[in-house]
Amino acid sequence: MTLQAEVLLPGSAVAATALALTAPISFWGGVNPRTAEIADVRHPEYGQRITGRVLLIPATIGSSSAAAILLELVHAGIAPAAVVLHEPDAILLLGLIVAREMGYPAPIALRLDAREFAALHGRRLTISGAGALATETG
Amino acid sequence: MAMRIVADTARLMGAERLLAIESAHIDGALYHGDSGTLFAETLVAGGAQVAVRATLNVGAIDLTGCSRNQLPEHEHAMATRMMQAYRQLGCEPTWTCAPYQAGHRPRLGSQVAWGESNAVAFCNSVLGARTNRYGDFLDIACAIAGRAPDYGLHRRDNRYATVVFDVSDLDEAFLMSDVAWPVLGNLYGRVIGNAVGVITGLRMRPWEDLLKAFGATAASSGSVALFHVAGTTPEAPDEATALGDRPPRERIRVTLEMVRDAQRRLSTAEAADRIDAVAIGSPHLSLEEFDALRARLRGRRLAVPLYACTGRHVLKVLERDGHRAELESSGVVIVADTCVVVTPILPEKPGAVLMTNSGKFAHYAPANTGYSVLYASLADCVESAVAGKPVVGGMR
Repeated sequence: MTLQAEVLLPGSAVAATALALTAPISFWGGVNPRTAEIADVRHPEYGQRITGRVLLIPATIGSSSAAAILLELVHAGIAPAAVVLHEPDAILLLGLIVAREMGYPAPIALRLDAREFAALHGRRLTISGAGALATETG
Repeated sequence: MAMRIVADTARLMGAERLLAIESAHIDGALYHGDSGTLFAETLVAGGAQVAVRATLNVGAIDLTGCSRNQLPEHEHAMATRMMQAYRQLGCEPTWTCAPYQAGHRPRLGSQVAWGESNAVAFCNSVLGARTNRYGDFLDIACAIAGRAPDYGLHRRDNRYATVVFDVSDLDEAFLMSDVAWPVLGNLYGRVIGNAVGVITGLRMRPWEDLLKAFGATAASSGSVALFHVAGTTPEAPDEATALGDRPPRERIRVTLEMVRDAQRRLSTAEAADRIDAVAIGSPHLSLEEFDALRARLRGRRLAVPLYACTGRHVLKVLERDGHRAELESSGVVIVADTCVVVTPILPEKPGAVLMTNSGKFAHYAPANTGYSVLYASLADCVESAVAGKPVVGGMR
C-alpha cells in the first residue's frame, strides 16, 4: 500500500514503525521530554515510547509549550522518526522549524488524513523525502 | 532568524501575508531542557530585541524566593540562564500566566501574538484582542519581528462561533460557585476541540476570575483559543452576533449528567482517603482570589501545605498589606513567578494525592508531578488542608 502525504516540513527519507495515537495529545504534560514516553495518564497510549516511530497524531490540544518538548526530544536524539499530522499545527511544528535553525537533525513532518491512521498502526513504513508513504509488505 | 521563523510558519499555515502586532506574551522562558536555553541565547548573541511590549509567562524558578524547587544543579543553572536571556531580549519580567491581571490588557480588536494557552483564551475571549495560539519560539520570534502570520483568529471572519453551548438547564447556584467553571471548561474543551463556541442560557454574568478558570480548563482539555459568552464577552452582545448571524453547525444542550461526568474526570483519585498537599492558582491567583482564600482560612493553621501560586504583581500587594506574613504563618506556601506543575516544588512522594480547585492543575498534575488529583471547591480545599484529610462538601 502506498499513500501520498503532503510534506509540511522537509526532512530525510526514513523507514520506521508507525505509532498511531487514538486521542489528541498535548506534548507538554503529555510526553516526557527525558524518556519520550507518553506521560498523560488519561491518554489511551499512556506509557508508549515515541522515539524512532512514525508518530501519527490525530490532533493536538493543550499547552502552548508543545514545540519546546519536541525540540528537546530532537536535541536529545530521542525524537520520532517522522511526525504525521491530520492538519498543520504551528504550536507543535515550531519545534521542528527551530530545530533546523539550530542545526539539529529534524524529522520530516507530513500531513495525512487521520482516517488512514488506524490501518498504518504497528506497520513498518518507508517514507520518501517527497512524502510517499509505503508499508513494507507492499 | 526570528523573521525566518515567522515566515516559515506563515508558509506552513498558508498565511499570505504578515501583519503588524501591538504586543506579545511570551511562554518560551520556561525551561524544558537545554535546547530552549540555547535557542534564546542564540537570539541574544545575534543582538535581537523585542519590537513590541512583551510580557513573560512563568519561568521554572521562583526568583522572589517565596518558594524553593528541587531542580538539580545543571537544570537550575540552565533555567536561570534562560530567564536571563529573555530579559536581555527586552521582555518584561512579569513571570505570570495571568498577564491580563498584571496590567497587560490589549484593547478590543488589536492584533497581538500571545502564548500560554490560558492567556490566549482570555486575551481573545474576554479582552477581544486578536491572537492565534502562539507556541514557544514563535511567540518571541513574532515579538522580535513585530509581525505575525495573518491567518486564523487574526481575521474577523474566523472569530464567529459555529457551536452553541447552552447551559440553561443548569441551576444558577451551581453556576455561581467556583467549582462550576473549571468543570464546564473541561466539558467544553472536550466537546468543542478547536472550534469557536458561544455559551448561552446564563442568567448570571460570570466575572473575570470565573472566565479565567473556564478558559484555562477548556484550553487544557481541548485546544480552545476563543470562546464567547452571550451577554458577557465583548464580541458576543448576544447569541446571533456571536454567530455572525449564521445558523450554528451544532447546538449542545448541557445536562447535569454531562456536568457530573466532567467533574469526575477532573479527579484521578476520587475516592482518596488522604491528601498530601493542596494547590491553587492555575492560572495565577488574583488579589480577589487571595481575599477569598483568607476569608475561608480565617487565620487557622494548616495540617498539610497549601501552595498558592501567583505573580509578583499580586505578591507586592500582599506584602504591602501584611497578608503574605499572615498566610505564611498559617502554613500557606506562596509560589511566585512559577507554579507547582511546571517545576518540581511538591516533594516527591509515592502515592501522594493533591487536592485542587484548578481545572488546569487537575489536568496536568498527574503527568507533571506524579501526584494523583482530587478536584474540589476552594472551601473544600481549605477545610481539607486544615483537617489534613479530604473533606468534600460536594457541589456548592
